[in-house]
This record gives sequence, structure tokens and C-alpha cells, in this order.
Amino acid sequence: MWGLCEGSGKKPYRTVVDLADGAAPAYTCTCPSRKFPCKHALGLLLLWAGDEAAVPAGQAPDWAEPWLSGRRQRAAQPSGTAGGAPGPADPEAARRRAERRAERISAGATELEQRLADLVRGGLAAAEQAGYGLWEETAARMVDAQAPGLAARVRELGAIPSSGPGWPVRLLEECALLHLLVQGWLRRERLPAALAATVRSRVGLPGAADGPPVRDRWLVLAQYDTADARLTTRRIWLYGADCGRTALLLSYGAAGRAPDLALPVGLALDAEVAAYPGAGQSRAALGERFASPAPTGVRPPGVTPARAVARYGEALRDDPWLDAVPVTLREVIPVPDGDSWQLADAGSDSALPLTPQARARPGLWRLVALSGGAPVTVFGECGHRGFTPLTAWRHEEEGVVTLC
Amino acid sequence: MIRTSAPVEAPAAGAWEELVTTALLGTDRRTPPGGATGRRAPAALLELAAVQTVRRRAGLRAAPAATRPEPAPEDPRPALPAAAARRLTMLLADRPGTAGGGRRGTAPDLMELLPQWLAAANARGYAAPPQILPALLDAARGRTDLRPAALAFAGPRALWLARLNPDWRFALRAAPGGAAALPGPAEADRIRRLWEEGLFAERVALLAAIREREPAAARDLLAGTWATERAEDRLMFLDSLRDGLGPEDEPFLEQALADRSRNVRATAAELLSALPGSALAARTADRASACVAVDHTLDTPTLAIEAPHECDADMERDGVVAKAPSGRGERSWWLGQLLEAAPLGAWPARLGGRTPREIVALPVADGWQGELHAAWCRAAVRQRDARWARALLGAPAAPGAGGPGAVSLAERARLLGTLGAGERADWVAGFISVHGLSEAFQLLGVCAVPWAAPLGRAVVDALNIARDAGSYPWSFSGVMGLAERCLDPAEASRLDGLLAVPDEARDPSPGAGGYWAEAFQRLVTTLRLRAAMAEELRPADG
Repeated sequence: MWGLCEGSGKKPYRTVVDLADGAAPAYTCTCPSRKFPCKHALGLLLLWAGDEAAVPAGQAPDWAEPWLSGRRQRAAQPSGTAGGAPGPADPEAARRRAERRAERISAGATELEQRLADLVRGGLAAAEQAGYGLWEETAARMVDAQAPGLAARVRELGAIPSSGPGWPVRLLEECALLHLLVQGWLRRERLPAALAATVRSRVGLPGAADGPPVRDRWLVLAQYDTADARLTTRRIWLYGADCGRTALLLSYGAAGRAPDLALPVGLALDAEVAAYPGAGQSRAALGERFASPAPTGVRPPGVTPARAVARYGEALRDDPWLDAVPVTLREVIPVPDGDSWQLADAGSDSALPLTPQARARPGLWRLVALSGGAPVTVFGECGHRGFTPLTAWRHEEEGVVTLC
Repeated sequence: MIRTSAPVEAPAAGAWEELVTTALLGTDRRTPPGGATGRRAPAALLELAAVQTVRRRAGLRAAPAATRPEPAPEDPRPALPAAAARRLTMLLADRPGTAGGGRRGTAPDLMELLPQWLAAANARGYAAPPQILPALLDAARGRTDLRPAALAFAGPRALWLARLNPDWRFALRAAPGGAAALPGPAEADRIRRLWEEGLFAERVALLAAIREREPAAARDLLAGTWATERAEDRLMFLDSLRDGLGPEDEPFLEQALADRSRNVRATAAELLSALPGSALAARTADRASACVAVDHTLDTPTLAIEAPHECDADMERDGVVAKAPSGRGERSWWLGQLLEAAPLGAWPARLGGRTPREIVALPVADGWQGELHAAWCRAAVRQRDARWARALLGAPAAPGAGGPGAVSLAERARLLGTLGAGERADWVAGFISVHGLSEAFQLLGVCAVPWAAPLGRAVVDALNIARDAGSYPWSFSGVMGLAERCLDPAEASRLDGLLAVPDEARDPSPGAGGYWAEAFQRLVTTLRLRAAMAEELRPADG
């Protein structure tokens, strides 16, 4: 189907719509609009939809023919070799590219190892004077080495010396874990496959969510954004009603822009979710969605604070670089503890302190108000710095309250 | 560093300390545990540290729980309907500064709707959803005018919260009667102790609470410690008698007229003069009536004024301030104060049995009219005398009513406050239909919300006239804003004809038509929103 549209320019726009593939019409137009399909193509379709006779059948004019036949040809080609199917065109070339990247990362990792050794040789006390610039430069080197995971960790190292009392302990911990990661990378061939996958993802190699897709009613537990100068990262926690698994979806946006994926907290999605590789990783990708989000009474079962920290400890077996694990705390009461707050078990004498970040958020007060001194159930992240509450509820029949 | 617990094993803790110290100093200066030296030392240290770090993290345990706070008191009120809760969240999210840019276009000003939302929710007695309380308290913190309604709606849990967060201290101060913390009527001992030992704010709250329950008991409480209070405190305490003022307060107030502090004396005199039957009122009436007389020697009866020649000690004791502000004649200053404090009910008898309306209509000799009428206005407001207020306001359509006549707009607004809601609305409607909107803002502010039908129609008609006359809508932004908040939502359908952009060609002010259409659209959107708000707050059962 084709048509000419009188535009503001001298020549009319040449608009072609290909309806041969019933599922997905294709469009082309000579107009400069960046909307796709452009209004001319839509107009043409409307004309045709309103009255099929308005667009009589005929031979394609010479300006429409090459595009149409080009499409037909591409469509006719078996999808394995070109077009359609994802994946590299040439497995051999892809392997070589991956090897080159691995070499580059190894070179970067070795260099980073040297930096760490220099730091420890000269003493961490000197790091306080060295300032942020040194780390920023090292992080840039890691970006060059195509190891964004290492770069992010290095950048965080740079912020530690100014982060208040106890910084040498934190700096040593993070340096040691970075050293561990670098060593893990350099010896990845000798690691068990799952741990090697974890190391690869921690270093920053992109993986594919190739786990088997799990269809379930996924409760959206929490959604929150963290932003740095370059990137806005959105984390969405899901809980599968039947499989009982907790999965993390990540979505990114350029600095200052909201990431694309947004899910309504407290509702359930009927959808498929596929896990990313690696031991102890919660990350997953959202696959097909079968229905729009609906209210649900599904809530993850909770554990006690004592069990929550134990669960974090167990998770470190699979991934020693893990900062926190998703946990639902059952029957806890927010309790002021000096300047800080903790979530105290209603049934025993144990409690989890909140992380410093969680203390500064307005969500803390929503949690305190919701509880009013009575037990509530709280979903959040439990790690070595404490607990970060993300969502809370009183009863299953009541809605959830977001805290982030 | 925040630790959930100590590491599992004590010896490991020692080893870790050793590692941190070595790392801090550098392996060049100190040999790491394990004895590796030279080029191997840093890697050996980092390896040990990695093991210890993971070990420490994996071995974390829950901490002992701190003392738990008392649970918040139950809120027995019924829960807010879900749609209304969502609406409130939306209203609270629309904080100043969060909306982009100054011009609002056709979007309603949500923050301005919060007061009436709260009033409606309070009227129906709903409980606030707990998770909304922090936002509600933050809003009330920023806007003192919201506090009473916001705190009433927020209920007991908000006070419980406010005790945990210093940002919300104001709630404890402002809470009517301090709620839970204040002793009940039966706890005489606690009342006595709180009154004698409490902080100033607590004592003011206590006094106000008791005054509300039992006016005489509050007065007795105050009289018990009166002599020992500081002057500023006496002033505040005395002021709290303003609520529920009655003839039985007179002896105490009379005694306060002899107070050491001038401000306390003045307040006592002011309160007494609001009691037309008090001895002070009678004394003032005598003094004032000596100053005003009807002069029958002229063709038409005229009011002759003889301002007092001196301010004696008795007058001062009765609250007359002897020293005039600069630029004011002493005698007219004293006269004004006497007339203001004198009971209005005495004038008809003094001035030949005339009604207030007739008295106000009398001509006044020697240019005293402004002074005289202004003082009577203040008296009518202070004594809440509707007959005099009506007389002083005059007919809304009178030619003088529009301009800055003897009675200023601010005084008129206060006079209107003494009338019933219906009468007020009718007067302002009459005023607007004759004089237009340019002077009406202050008067509209005292009218009951939502505006009565005649008033609403008068405002809409006047806006329509202003548009046809070629004005720009921002000349009426104040009235527009009021209309958005106060017009009865049922009037929205009457505005439909005003939403269209009129034909530009006939328009004397370029572009005004479009702006008017936008302003009216916002008005209608806001009215619809208010109708929806009211609907959401209606109880489910009917």
C-alpha cells in the first residue's frame, strides 16, 4: 500500500505501508519525522481501514518497489543466518571478541591489584590524604579495561575515607573483597561454574537471563531508584506466590531520567521471570506478562531477626561480595535506640539495627507511624550494615506501605 | 561501623584488630600476621583480611533489643475510605515548590484545598491512615493555619509520633488540651501538680482545657497562683479567659485592673468592656456619654462631640492608654478609646431613644464623624453587637460603601463577622453586584464556605462583567482563588458557558479571552475536584 501526501515541502511525501506480514505492518516514509510510524503512514492506514476502496490495488510505483521487495527478500531468508534470531552473526568472531575483552579485563585487574598492594604497603592512613582523585583515575582505567563492576567498586572505595568514624575498617574490608574479586577473576577457570559466573557478573561482564522462565503470580514488593552522576538505577523486588522465590529486576535510565520499567508496588503480575546466571544471585529478567497487575492478598512469609542475619551469612557462601539479602521480617516493632532505630522482634529479645541510609529516609517515619508501637511485617534488605526497610504491612487484607 | 553484633569468636576479633592496624600503618612499617614480608606482604595481608571480612559478616548475630516505646493509643474513629485516603496523599504531595513553575494554567491548586478536605474529614469523624501521618505533620509544621484541623484529624497517634521526632514538637504544644498527657477532670492532684510544676506551654494547654470543660475551675486555678506568676505569663493566662467569658469572671478581671503590668491591665479592661453588664462598662458608659450629645439648636438634629479634656487615673485604671501615638491628638485618642469600650446598648437611651440606625444616620458636627463611627465599629466588633454592626455597615448598595468612606473595608469585614452567615452573604452579594469585585476580596474572606447561592452568582456575574469589560484575569486572581475554594461545587454547571475562548477580533485586550477561558477552566476543574472530594468522604452506607 502506498500513497503521496502533500506536506509543507516542495515534493509530496512518499509513504509506503507493507501489510504482507499480518502480525506486524512495516512502514517507510520520506518525511523527516522521527515518530514511527509517522502520521502519514497512520493516515494512510486510517484511509484504508475506513474504506478499503479508498486505496485501490495496483502495481507498486518505482519508488515503492525496491523497499518492498527488499523486505520480502529479507523475510524469505531463513532466520538462523541473518535478521530475526538474536545472537552473533559469526560465533567464531564473537568468541574472539570475548577473548579480547577478557584479556583487557585481566590486564586491568592486574593493574588494580598493583594499586591495592601499593596502598596496603604505604598504609591506609595515607589514603585519607590521597583524596578522591586517585580513585577516580583508577576507576576510569577500569572503565577502559571494560570492567564496569570493578570501576564501580573502586569509585566506592574513594568515598570511604570521608565517610566518618571507623573508615579504616571499612576501607580494609572493601579492599580485601576487591582483592578477592580480582583473584577470583584471574583464576576463574579453576572455580566451580556457578561461582565463576558470579565472579564474571561482579566484574561487570554482561550475562543473559538464560535461566528457565518461571511463570507465577509475582507480587511487586518494592521499587526504588538510586542515582549517580551518570546513571539512574531502578531496583524492583518481586516475590513469586507459588515458587516462593524473591527476584530482583534492574532497569537503567540516563542521568536524571526515570528508567523505563515501572511496576505498581503491592499488586501482583501474572508473568514469566527468568534468572540471571551466577551463584547466590537474585537478579532476574521480566519476560512475558499475561495480565495487567491485580490486587492480591499474597505476602511473603516472614522470619525473625535472628533468622534474617543467619540467612545473610548463608548467602555469603555463594557470593562473598554480597552486601545484603532480601528478607521479610515478621512481627517486628520499630524501636528508637539512641540516635538510631532498630526493628525488634515482638516475640524475643533480638533486634536488627537500621542502616544509616534508612535512618535518614522519610520512609522510616511512615514505618514508625504504621506500627504505632505494635508489630508489623517489614520487607527489606538485610546486610552487614544493618537492615534497610523497603515495604511494610500490618495485615494481609490491608495494602502495603512503601518506605523507599 | 554499625555492627549487628560482635564477631563469633573472640580470638578472631584480636586477629582482625591486628590486621586493621597493620593495614593502617602499611606493610612497609609493620609485618602482617603470618610473617610474609617484602613483595608478598600486601597480598598476604589482603588475603587474610578477605577471609576475616567474610567470616565477620557471615557470623553476624541479631543485637539485643532496646526498650520498646509504649504502643500508641487506639484511634476509635472509623477508617477513612480508600479513595479519600488516596486523595489526601495527592493533596499532601502537592507541596509548594514541587510543582514546576509559577503559572498554574488550568491545574487546580491542590494545597489550597487541604484545609477544606480536613474540615470535611473531621466533620465526618474519620481516623487518619497511620502511614499518612508523617506527611500530614510535615504539612502542618509548614503552615500554622493548618495545624488545628490537621492535628484533630491526625488523632492520638500523631501525638505519640511527635514525641519521637523533634521536628514535630509543635504538635505537643498546639494539641488542644495536650490530649492524652493532660489529666482528666477527676484527677485534682495531677491538675494541681501539673499547674504548679509544669512547663509554661503545658500550663497554658492545661488552663485552656479546663476552661473548656469548666470555666470557673480554670479561673480559680489561675487565681490561686496569680500573684506569683511572671508578667508575660499573666498576660497569656488572662488571654485564655477570652474563651467562655461571662459575667462571673468580672470580680477576677476587676482585680486584674490593678495589676502591676500595663499590658495585663489593658487586657483585663478589654475583656471587661466586652461584658456590657460589668461595672467597668457602666463607668465607661458614663464617661463616654458625657462626650456625645444631640444638638437640637441646629435645623437638623446633629451629634455634638466634646472630647475628654484629661485622662485621669481612674480612666487609666479602666484601660485607657494615656499616651497617644505620635501624630494623633491626645483628646481624640482618649475619645476613641472611651467610645470603643463603652457598651453600645447605652446609646439609644442617651441619644433620645433613637435606634442604632437612626443614630448612625445623624450628621456629626465639626468633622468628628470619622472618629466617632470608627470607634463604634470597634465597639460593635468587640461586643459582637449585630444591630449596631448592621447600622454601621449600611445598605450594601449605598454609594459610600464602595469607596474608603467613614468605615474602612477592613472594619466592614470585621463588622460582617458579627452577623449571621446568611445575612453576611447577602450583604456581600449586594455589595458586589453594585460595586464590582475590585474591593470585595476582604469581604469575601469573611463569608461562610461554601458561598450561599446568591453570593456565588454575584461573584460569577461580576467576573463575567469584568471579562466583557476587557480586564485581564490576573487583576482578579485573589477573587478567583477564593472562588476556587469557596464557590459551591454545585455551581460548576453554571460556568460552562464561560469556558469558551471568545472571538479575538472583537476583543479590546489582546489575548485576554484565552486567559479568561483558562482561568474559568481552572475554576471549574477545581469545583469538580471539590465535588469529587466531598463524594469520596461520604460514608459508604449512605
